[in-house]
Amino acid sequence: MTVLTEELKNHVGAELPPFEFEISRGDLKKYAVATGQRLERYLSGDEAPLLYLFAAMMPVVPLDRLLPDGRQPDSGLMPPLPLNRIMAGGSEYQIHRKVYAGDTLVCRQKFVEVFEKTGAEGPLLFLVFENRFETRDGEPVVTERLTRIAR
Amino acid sequence: MMKKRIEAGEKLTGRNWHADTVQLFLYNAAIWNPHRIHYDLPYTQEAEGHPQLLIDGPLQGDWLTQMVYEWLGGNGTLTAFAYSNRRAAYVGDVLSTTGEVTGVDGDIVTLDLRITNQRGEATTVGNATVVIEPSR
Repeated sequence: MTVLTEELKNHVGAELPPFEFEISRGDLKKYAVATGQRLERYLSGDEAPLLYLFAAMMPVVPLDRLLPDGRQPDSGLMPPLPLNRIMAGGSEYQIHRKVYAGDTLVCRQKFVEVFEKTGAEGPLLFLVFENRFETRDGEPVVTERLTRIAR
Repeated sequence: MMKKRIEAGEKLTGRNWHADTVQLFLYNAAIWNPHRIHYDLPYTQEAEGHPQLLIDGPLQGDWLTQMVYEWLGGNGTLTAFAYSNRRAAYVGDVLSTTGEVTGVDGDIVTLDLRITNQRGEATTVGNATVVIEPSR
């Protein structure tokens, strides 16, 4: 029996309002130390390592809105699911240009694809989200396709 | 960085990572990640059933990109990267990055990337595409 409902398919194309964030040298220096970078351009905070963009996706919400496991609530882009265990499925990035301290980026998030596979323990739903990082002028910087798996 | 010609099969220099609670704390503070499985050991064991605090998946993704950045040494640019976490990695694990050139097409080079734990199990796999600059 399929768990891929019409309601889920109709959710494809849903988007969140874009948000802006600034790349600060201080934040980049902390990230570089925390991740164990050895190259000077990262340790100095001049340039952002690619995976720094993951930090940009973390919402800053008040303490009393955090979930019992500590996490921030879902962004609203995740549709209601018939399966409740959610796992990370990986990310694919296309890098159009480097990110530097002082940049202001715009992030656009969209739910772009859903498909089903049969796993050893039952159905699996693959949910694919696109995160487009751009400059304020609309120049593409990084495009990420992020997959989450529900089972 | 090397001046010799790049060929399929060339190995990247890997690194052994021993992420401890200090690095895990600093990383999750730096990315603003409050998920308890990275700092609250009783919760992680009792509520989530893990033996130890978990090493973040994106941190392992970052370690793979670091191997590529260091291999390039400023003589090329990362243009595409993908990673996928395959099994949990815990504080106390020794996580080793490895990489290999899988294809060369002019100045475009493709790489296979991997992190394995001390038991030889892959915790994270990935691939990358880089463009090598002519001076290399």
